[in-house]
Amino acid sequence: MGSLRKGLSRTRQSFFGRIAQALGATDITEDTWDEVEALLIQADVGVPTTMMLVDRLRHLGITRADKLTEALKDELRQLLIEPQPLNLSGRTLSVVLIAGVNGSGKTTSIGKMAYRMRLNNRKVLIAAGDTFRAAAIDQLKLWGERAGVPVIAGQPNSDPGAVVYDAVNAAHSRGVEVLIVDTAGRLHSNFNLMAELVKVRDVLRKVVPDAPHETLLVLDGTTGQNALTQAKKFQEAIDVTGVIVTKLDSSAKGGMVFAIQQELGLPIHYIGIGEDMRDLVFFNPTSFVDSLFENGNEE
Amino acid sequence: MFDSLSDRLQDVFDNLGRKGKLTEEDVATALREVRMALLEADVNLKVAKDFIRRVQERAIGAEVQKSLKPSQQVIKIVHEELIQTLGQPGRLNLGGPSPRVIMLVGLQGSGKTTTAAKLALMLRRDGRRPWMVAGDTYRPAAVDQLVTLAKQLDIPYYEEGTRAAPPDICVRGVQAAKDAGASVVILDTAGRLQIDDQMMSELEAIRDRTQPAEVLLVADAMTGQEAVRIAEGFNERVGLTGLILTKVDGDARGGAAISMREVTGVPIKFMGTGEKIDGFEPFHPDRLASRILGMGDMMTLIERAEQAFDQREAEILQRKMLKNQFTLEDFLKQLQQVKKMGSIGQILNMVPGMGRLRQQINIDDEDAQRQLKKVEAIIYSMTPSERRNPKLLNASRKRRVAAGSGTSVEDINALLKQFREMQRMMKMLGKGQMPKIPGMFR
Ligand SMILES: Nc1nc2c(ncn2[C@@H]2O[C@H](COP(=O)(O)OP(=O)(O)OP(=O)(O)O)[C@@H](O)[C@H]2O)c(=O)[nH]1
Ligand SMILES: [Mg+2]
Repeated sequence: MGSLRKGLSRTRQSFFGRIAQALGATDITEDTWDEVEALLIQADVGVPTTMMLVDRLRHLGITRADKLTEALKDELRQLLIEPQPLNLSGRTLSVVLIAGVNGSGKTTSIGKMAYRMRLNNRKVLIAAGDTFRAAAIDQLKLWGERAGVPVIAGQPNSDPGAVVYDAVNAAHSRGVEVLIVDTAGRLHSNFNLMAELVKVRDVLRKVVPDAPHETLLVLDGTTGQNALTQAKKFQEAIDVTGVIVTKLDSSAKGGMVFAIQQELGLPIHYIGIGEDMRDLVFFNPTSFVDSLFENGNEE
Repeated sequence: MFDSLSDRLQDVFDNLGRKGKLTEEDVATALREVRMALLEADVNLKVAKDFIRRVQERAIGAEVQKSLKPSQQVIKIVHEELIQTLGQPGRLNLGGPSPRVIMLVGLQGSGKTTTAAKLALMLRRDGRRPWMVAGDTYRPAAVDQLVTLAKQLDIPYYEEGTRAAPPDICVRGVQAAKDAGASVVILDTAGRLQIDDQMMSELEAIRDRTQPAEVLLVADAMTGQEAVRIAEGFNERVGLTGLILTKVDGDARGGAAISMREVTGVPIKFMGTGEKIDGFEPFHPDRLASRILGMGDMMTLIERAEQAFDQREAEILQRKMLKNQFTLEDFLKQLQQVKKMGSIGQILNMVPGMGRLRQQINIDDEDAQRQLKKVEAIIYSMTPSERRNPKLLNASRKRRVAAGSGTSVEDINALLKQFREMQRMMKMLGKGQMPKIPGMFR
């Protein structure tokens, strides 16, 4: 254990050392630009966005490196969308559809969201739309218990559309305000599974006017450039309205959100920062940008 | 889809023109593109830098093989180096006293439980007696998930619910498996962050008390730049013996695999290729390398081209092209060599991005073969002097050739037009410009 700690502080020092050196009160050199590029690439910002940012910064005519940090933060900040409150009020029943690739954190995020909403005195119901993965229903039910929110589930391997249909009926008869629908994890490249997801969405559309009112894509914060492809494909299939980025308590920075916001205009609503029920917080663009300049959350 | 490395390098070399040897400048230009491709594939920045340095050493001064374009030559070197970096697929170390313990570790959501079941199934198919132990007491219903899978596959398992401490469960699980005569025990552990000190200590305890023969890091193929620190973290604390890459059935380029392999030095052993339990394969370095470079199965294509094109003949042909002495006879020879490379459909499938295109436009192999036969028949129906000098083909000669080959005068005109187009390009080539070869079969 000692060696790891040392290892980490070594990384931290050298990282801060580099950035301080790069962005300290010195003249900007080509090395400075290399450092900026490295910082962004290593945060998973991606090549095109990094190039664009460096290009913009170069054209600002800044000569002192210490001015660069603030300029870079500004530019990054401008790429992010100020999140609006979820569109989940002003009607009898609002529906949130949750989707994403396998293991991204959908079920956990639903548990956390339901908990938040219940604390805000909203009447919430969860639909166990993942009938495929082994014990997915049990997992969601346990989260429902933790959050104090009921879960409507069907049989394993039954039609998710049918479960969703039942859940809507239950929501109506119980006077529920918000229905959150879990779905099985699926790779965006799998045509059949994406078609199944569209079907679930269509069932919701049919039985509740204008539903789903929010369609949230859950992205794993440790994902690299594939996150953009995921977002594109899910958006094409089911008109995603926003994103939840999970696992930002890890050492990953989640820099792929810049390209996603930039290219797809999708707002980020929540970030997941742990496995506890309270570990889901609103996305704050300023602190997110600041966190890119810190070396992880190790301590 | 088309910004694959091969297309980009092609563009680079289009501008540079064809040269016999790769110069330092050629290589530098090409390697900038390679670096970009690696970063886009999520290869860690530092790992990419080291890799580029190695390629540079190999590439400068390398002779461009006659059958390859300079861009292909660079790709070949990059690809070979990539395969070397990815290393040979590692086999499981299962010798020694039974039961052998395999411990699966990794981040949350990377696919450990599913992998445990897939691995168990594979081992049973190999004639071993695997057991599974449910060591994840944290994630809700993780035990149920393992039990459900084990029952589905009829694999014996050990679980104690979620009350006991995971190291205790694992120790008792291994004992139970031993008593039952198991030959391999797979320990599923909870997902955890490598920076979570307490959770990492727990893994150390499990390792110390069960003495696993294998500690495998199960990692998501979509992982970004952090792959390096994740792998390093697990390796430092528990000492990895191998890697398993999951969700390879997606469209992620999978550069994280290089990063993890570089920092740990342990072999990649398996790939998860589907949600279904049989979506599990030994690791294929060549396939992953092509994918990281975004090249489809370009390598196979290049290899086939190397084999199909007779070196000497290629040289003669090239000289003729440059001197603008390329005849219809040569044209025919070239077509036949292309044919040797495989069916058009096969070839198209190997070209990056083309696989999907092919489904869309529905290129008919038989149709392509028919076209080729037609061209052959036309050229065979010409006299040798007509083949060397197509200008001789006036209207009546064309009618004769059409009758002899069972085609029409329009077919002959189309072929001649295509041939003139080709000659024009070769003239450009002679002047050092590198034209794109247009579709030969349209
Ligand atoms: N550290 C951390 N772990 C998380 C976070 N969100 C989810 N997880 C963990 O990630 C793992 C997968 O989460 P799930 O909620 O089961 O993911 P899912 O998307 O529902 O998975 P499938 O339904 O199997 O596709 C679990 O171990 C969660 O505890 C987070 O913000 N931080
Ligand atoms: Mg789930």
